[in-house]
Amino acid sequence: MAGYVARRVGQAVLALLGVSIVVFALIHLVPGDPVRTALGTRFDPDIYEALVARAGLDQPLVVQYVDWLARAIQGDLGVSFRTGQPVSTALVQRLPATAVLALGALLVGLVIALPVGIVSAVRQGKPIDYAANTFAQFGVSVPDFWYGILLILVFAQTLGWLPPSGYVSPLEDPVEALRRLTLPAVTAGVVSGAILTRFVRSSVLEAMNAEHVRLARAKGLPHRYVLRHHVLRNAWIPVVTIIGLQLGTLLGGIVVVEVLFAWNGIGRLALDAVVRRDYPVLQGAVLLIAGLFLLINLVVDLLYAKLDPRISVGTAATT
Amino acid sequence: MSEPLERPDTAHRPRWRETLSVLLKNRLAAVGLLALLGLVVVALLAGVLTRYGINEQDVANRFAAPSADHWFGTDELGRDIYSRVLMGSRVSLQVGAIAVGISLIAGTLLGLVSGYRGGWLDAILMRTMDVLFAFPVVLLAIALVAVFGPSLRNTMIAIGVVFTPIFARVVRGSVLSVRENLYIRAVRSLGASDLRIVLRHVLPNVAAPVIVQTSLSLAFAILLEAALSYLGVGVQPPEPAWGLMLSDAQRYMEQGWWLSVFPGLAIFVTVMAFNLVGDGLRDALDPQQRSIIESRGVGGDA
Amino acid sequence: MAPGMPDESSAAAVLTVDHLDVRFATKRGVAHVVRDLSYQLHAGETLAILGESGSGKSVSTLALTKLIPIPPGRVAGHVRIGDHDLVAMAEKELLGYRGARIGYVFQDPMTSLNPVHPIGRQVTEGMRFHLGVSEREARERTVDLLRQVGIPDAEKRLDDYPHQFSGGMRQRVVIAIGLSCHPDVLVADEATTALDVTTQAQIVELVGRLQDEIGMAVIWITHDLGVVAGIADRVLVMYAGEVVEEAPVDLLYATPRHPYTLGLMSSLPVLGDLERRELAAIPGMPPTPLALPPGCGFHPRCAYRSDPRCEAEHPALVEVEPGHRVRSFYEVPESDARAAAAAGRIDIEPPDAADRSAAS
Repeated sequence: MAGYVARRVGQAVLALLGVSIVVFALIHLVPGDPVRTALGTRFDPDIYEALVARAGLDQPLVVQYVDWLARAIQGDLGVSFRTGQPVSTALVQRLPATAVLALGALLVGLVIALPVGIVSAVRQGKPIDYAANTFAQFGVSVPDFWYGILLILVFAQTLGWLPPSGYVSPLEDPVEALRRLTLPAVTAGVVSGAILTRFVRSSVLEAMNAEHVRLARAKGLPHRYVLRHHVLRNAWIPVVTIIGLQLGTLLGGIVVVEVLFAWNGIGRLALDAVVRRDYPVLQGAVLLIAGLFLLINLVVDLLYAKLDPRISVGTAATT
Repeated sequence: MSEPLERPDTAHRPRWRETLSVLLKNRLAAVGLLALLGLVVVALLAGVLTRYGINEQDVANRFAAPSADHWFGTDELGRDIYSRVLMGSRVSLQVGAIAVGISLIAGTLLGLVSGYRGGWLDAILMRTMDVLFAFPVVLLAIALVAVFGPSLRNTMIAIGVVFTPIFARVVRGSVLSVRENLYIRAVRSLGASDLRIVLRHVLPNVAAPVIVQTSLSLAFAILLEAALSYLGVGVQPPEPAWGLMLSDAQRYMEQGWWLSVFPGLAIFVTVMAFNLVGDGLRDALDPQQRSIIESRGVGGDA
Repeated sequence: MAPGMPDESSAAAVLTVDHLDVRFATKRGVAHVVRDLSYQLHAGETLAILGESGSGKSVSTLALTKLIPIPPGRVAGHVRIGDHDLVAMAEKELLGYRGARIGYVFQDPMTSLNPVHPIGRQVTEGMRFHLGVSEREARERTVDLLRQVGIPDAEKRLDDYPHQFSGGMRQRVVIAIGLSCHPDVLVADEATTALDVTTQAQIVELVGRLQDEIGMAVIWITHDLGVVAGIADRVLVMYAGEVVEEAPVDLLYATPRHPYTLGLMSSLPVLGDLERRELAAIPGMPPTPLALPPGCGFHPRCAYRSDPRCEAEHPALVEVEPGHRVRSFYEVPESDARAAAAAGRIDIEPPDAADRSAAS
């Protein structure tokens, strides 16, 4: 187990390094002068000079990378070309909004996927299975922003039940925060739920058809007991991993939902940075999200190893 | 599972027809296929089917509800939404086809080389793919667009780059499973060149998962293009891209439900069609699933 | 006492199977997997059910406690333990018989055990449900059981996982599970097929010894003639869902009377065969339960097919000597029977030998 952990962590660090190189390279792939592009046609030469120096763009590439990396590790991700504000400050400010939305969406997704997926597997072939499968197909194909617009149309505009936009911190005003969270979380969550449903279903089906279930039944154990301890107990290991992966994916994919609902999270920050050619901010946002994704994947893998005795206990004694 | 000296299936014609018939037994996939054909027809004939020019403005008639004159209503500039939705199919299919084409070719090449050669080349290529995988798709796409500027062409390239790793992985996996096949080893020992082996024996086996992935990637590419256009970093106005139409629709939401419903419906139907066909292909090409479907002849299994 | 049964001593008949019939409804028609199966099992007796894949041998034992999926499957007939008929029983009641009155050991120990639970738990859970003992008590009994089946350091290994055991050891655990609730009957379905030859012998010997100690009846399902010779008291030969020959083991090996049984014995390769004869295989394939041939089930492949009735009529089980019944219109001559048995060269102790040893 310890060997596995070490290897996996090593892999993650390497991938993170690779990510940092790609992120770093972004600003250098820009045709022309990135700072000038960001500042537009009229700009103060002093500001220009300062930004170039601050971003280290006047140094040779390798030096730049090393400097940048060194500073990034310490938390300094440069300053915005537009506001001059440190990128890390902006990121920290916006992270909670994204996190809240991602978790909310995941929760919605699980609330849908777990019961539907399990029932669908247990009643395979029956009408409810087909209904669930169709729903999953729909959910995976529907563009989340369209779905969100429709939801706003119905619930915010026509019925006036829920507000259509804006993030409010749960720490400030829990009730309002919840109201604001509902539509965005449902929008992102339904798509997530559709993906998860199919996965839960196939995991449970695989577990149900396992040989050891046959022996468990042959022991005369009651059906509910078998389902709980010999089917679900085995199925939930892969499900846990896919949940983790979904969380990681949600973090990045939420850009669209954030823009749709004017949610001040990292996704929206990244998009604004793209539009304004504010490369340091874009770099910071991408680095953060990719880094979180890698971290979540790592945690998920380690969790999987811990849950599956074949990996965690290893083949200690084999007689 | 190794089959002793059994030749991998390189005869395509009868198999192609066989796969098609199994595919069609799956009701959902058949519907998807029908929808796809309809889509292609619409895209091709869009010029003929539209009733108004896509940029033909009629400001007096803006925000008109669906009527006999304007089947899907008009938008904020009085343009006929129906015509724009139809022409939008061209944009979407074009972007999808080219983007997936790029990733298909690039990914297949990388996967073939990586899987067949192995060694350090494989290690480096796969680590690179891992790194690309770490970026959430939308974010990577918009980052690429940020670097090169938003346009139809850059959207296609960005999506193509973003999808390359998954094709590479699929192909590599397939190559790995076939490489150690006894048949390949026999042919190799007879002195066949690597290139010949790859082209004649490895490639046909890779075909099945690649076909499935192509269909699924097309679905996702169209979705991604729509998302990028919606965000303003994809196709630019005045092109009639569905995503763009939705972002306008959101701005003028109070003016009419038809602005949002029809373009979104178009995206949904298109993506769903590709997904259904992709799933159906996956079931039809997997030999185990095949026998289940043949004996059942019923709508698809998730 | 079930009607139509041969007049054997019904003293202590632990299990009575009476005209058991199992069918499955499929999209391609009804598969008739087990046809009119009847036998009696007494305490301490070992019955071997011999047949190839698809003969219905496994399904027939699963059907005893209705362990097959019942909407597509249908079980008819009677299965009696004590005064109760399991076929007529509701699922809830049947739970009390599975594991407790009839125990099962399946073929593949790699997959029979749940990889995420320690083996101790997999033995105790059945006990706790059927015998109502406490966790502590169950664990103690499990340690004893594991020792009995020959697992060293039983106490320490209670909390080990299946992947920490070798194949042979895992199968012993599965046997322990089968025995844990003191069933009247233990069904061993190809229990040694997935193991290497040495381990096979050990397991066969283990079950035999335990059976002597406990006085349990055992149904051993197999396609391996060697195993049958080593452990069985009586043999049922199944083909295409029905019994084609039924006899005490020594009679079967001395003079097999059904063409199929002859075929099976003749097809055994013989060590040290100086004549270097060709391996004789029975030509053709067993019929699919969806499309059983008219008349005798074996006739399409039968080398002795001569009687016009073979194609048209379905033969009944006929007693050719006391305790020995055959389902055939053709009476295989004794000389052929002896020749086939000799070809198989399976050495059998005469019936009055007290001990049984594993086949070499």
